[in-house]
Amino acid sequence: MPFIARRLVFYLVAAWVALTANFFIPRAMGGSAIEDIISKFPNLQPSAYKALQAMLGVGHPGSIWQQYLTYLDDVFHFNFGIDVTEYPARVSTLLVQTIPWTLTLVGSATVIAFVLGTGLGILAGWRHGGWLDRVLPGLMFFQAVPYFFLALILLELFAISVHAFPLGQGYGAGLVPGWHWSFIGSAIYHSLLPAFTIVITSVAGWMLQMRNVMITTIGEDYVLAGQAKGLPDHRVVFTYAARNALLPQLQGFGLALGFVVSGAIVMEIVFSYPGIGLLLLNAVTSNDFPLMQAIFLVITFTVLLANLIVDLVIAFVDPRARAQEAAR
Amino acid sequence: MTVTLPVKADPAALADPPRDSGLWRGLPAKAKAGTALLGVFVLAGIIGPLVTPYDPSFQNPSPALSLQPPSAAHLLGTTQSGQDVLSQLLVGIRLTLELAAIVGVVATALSVIVGVSAAFLGGFWDDVLSLLSNVFLVIPALPLLILLLGYLPQRGQEATILVLSVLGWPWGARVIRAQTMAIRNRDFVGAARETGERTWRVIAFEIIPNEVSLIAASFVNTVLYAIGASVALAFLGLADLTSWSLGTMLYWAQSQQALQLGAWWWIVPPGLAVALIGTSLVLLNTGLDELGNPRLRDAGSVAKIGGRRLHPADPTPVLLAAPPPRGRAAGLLHSFSRRALLEERGLAPRPAGRRPAPSPGGER
Repeated sequence: MPFIARRLVFYLVAAWVALTANFFIPRAMGGSAIEDIISKFPNLQPSAYKALQAMLGVGHPGSIWQQYLTYLDDVFHFNFGIDVTEYPARVSTLLVQTIPWTLTLVGSATVIAFVLGTGLGILAGWRHGGWLDRVLPGLMFFQAVPYFFLALILLELFAISVHAFPLGQGYGAGLVPGWHWSFIGSAIYHSLLPAFTIVITSVAGWMLQMRNVMITTIGEDYVLAGQAKGLPDHRVVFTYAARNALLPQLQGFGLALGFVVSGAIVMEIVFSYPGIGLLLLNAVTSNDFPLMQAIFLVITFTVLLANLIVDLVIAFVDPRARAQEAAR
Repeated sequence: MTVTLPVKADPAALADPPRDSGLWRGLPAKAKAGTALLGVFVLAGIIGPLVTPYDPSFQNPSPALSLQPPSAAHLLGTTQSGQDVLSQLLVGIRLTLELAAIVGVVATALSVIVGVSAAFLGGFWDDVLSLLSNVFLVIPALPLLILLLGYLPQRGQEATILVLSVLGWPWGARVIRAQTMAIRNRDFVGAARETGERTWRVIAFEIIPNEVSLIAASFVNTVLYAIGASVALAFLGLADLTSWSLGTMLYWAQSQQALQLGAWWWIVPPGLAVALIGTSLVLLNTGLDELGNPRLRDAGSVAKIGGRRLHPADPTPVLLAAPPPRGRAAGLLHSFSRRALLEERGLAPRPAGRRPAPSPGGER
């Protein structure tokens, strides 16, 4: 099976595991816990009440197999039921409103951090023991800081003490979202500090990993051969060492993505950014289970999709992956 | 042109007696720094709760004691309801470390069990277990944790430990499986089998002892994950909010708008504690990495031959004697190269007429 097809099957399995876990978690909790949940919403409209019951698997929903099929059918039609706290809003509507914000912010900031960290890692690995290498332990501090805590500090420094950045929200008050410059400019301005937070906290991780792989790669004989041939440094660094060192880095990117996304959605809360993180917080505080479940699925599928894209890049960069015996 | 080798074999230097190799002295500097920093927090966690100046939950009714900046009576100030921040911090470090340590032990044990059995069972079961760990690696943990904790009837410490352990094993399992596969085919394992050792004995006395460093690294990683995840979950309010952990401290500080009220002493100590504990673990892990892979160490600890440090990326003697690169981009890159480093330290000759290595981006 070609590399991409095999990965595709893997992601389908992962998606199926996530879907199934999402289906069985409420059903595994036992009757009393479910009754507790339902009793938290005494004033629910009948249709929302029915949707909640169906999701939790109580009432008269038919056999578990039937429920499962109905559930899969609903998910495929992007139908996550009716929101229990913001009745009569549909969960899918709430998601559609928030996903673009998070996707743009977290997506672009992560790509920037990855490119920057990889570049710095190449230089730190090449000049092993140089100044860039020596500041790494300092950068590890930022790697260990929880995203939301750094967000709080940056907010204090740059928005409360010095009014250089807005206090939060996704765009200026009084602006109508749309494709015009005043709104786009305001949205970019509001996203600078959150994006900066993501870049600072995640850049050290990419850098450390790339540096380590670079150092190992530089020790290879073919790099020495390149130098002995008298090739210019930039050719040895980029064409010989970095190109090969990039592969483990790309594979790591896929695995670390879930971690970055998790940190970023908690960070959104601090900035009251109108993304999926804030929606998640609202869902948690108001016990809005349909919304929580839908958010879990959406985040998981997005991460799986991003992983698939990374695999496409790997297949493009690595001839071995395109060949039959791709290294796992 | 004569090319001089940078290495001059100096018999005196080579005859240098080996230094005493105690365990601590042999550790890379990063591992030492990490251990020391972590030690401070572990000590604080053990002794702290015994010496707290106040009851962390005691709310002082006097309005004069609300939101007090640090003073002699309250070394880290007070919260809005007059609680002592230092006492909360000391108790919180204890609770957070306790939780992380338990999760670390349980999840690492799970990953050893899954990893070793996947490698030993092979075939179908190996495929299933590997698939399972890869799937749980790629599914983002935090939303799933939130979902699980959200549905649990009570959100106490035990629930958090359970959920974090259940989701914390895949990374370790993957690494340990790979290592077990590699060790399994070594001769000494074959020899143990030939002598009629049972499988469990081979695993416990031949395989596991050879994976100690890997298991340690996986433990450190898991503890790091447990601290990060538990603090994030508590910050979202998904924890027992009546107990004091670093996460619940941050939750209360944020929900009562500590920063907007200007009370930095309320929010910075717990956040900084999380960050420093995390830093110590990252340092420890990097140090352990360097212990296993000496190439990764700082230039200060790379191979020394004849009293001179040698490095794989050092330019060859021919390159050292070659003319320096020209052009701006090449010069910028050159400033990061090993050769520029050696030139700076006077270990490589600076060719005549060469300008000083340009600082990054700073020409003209």
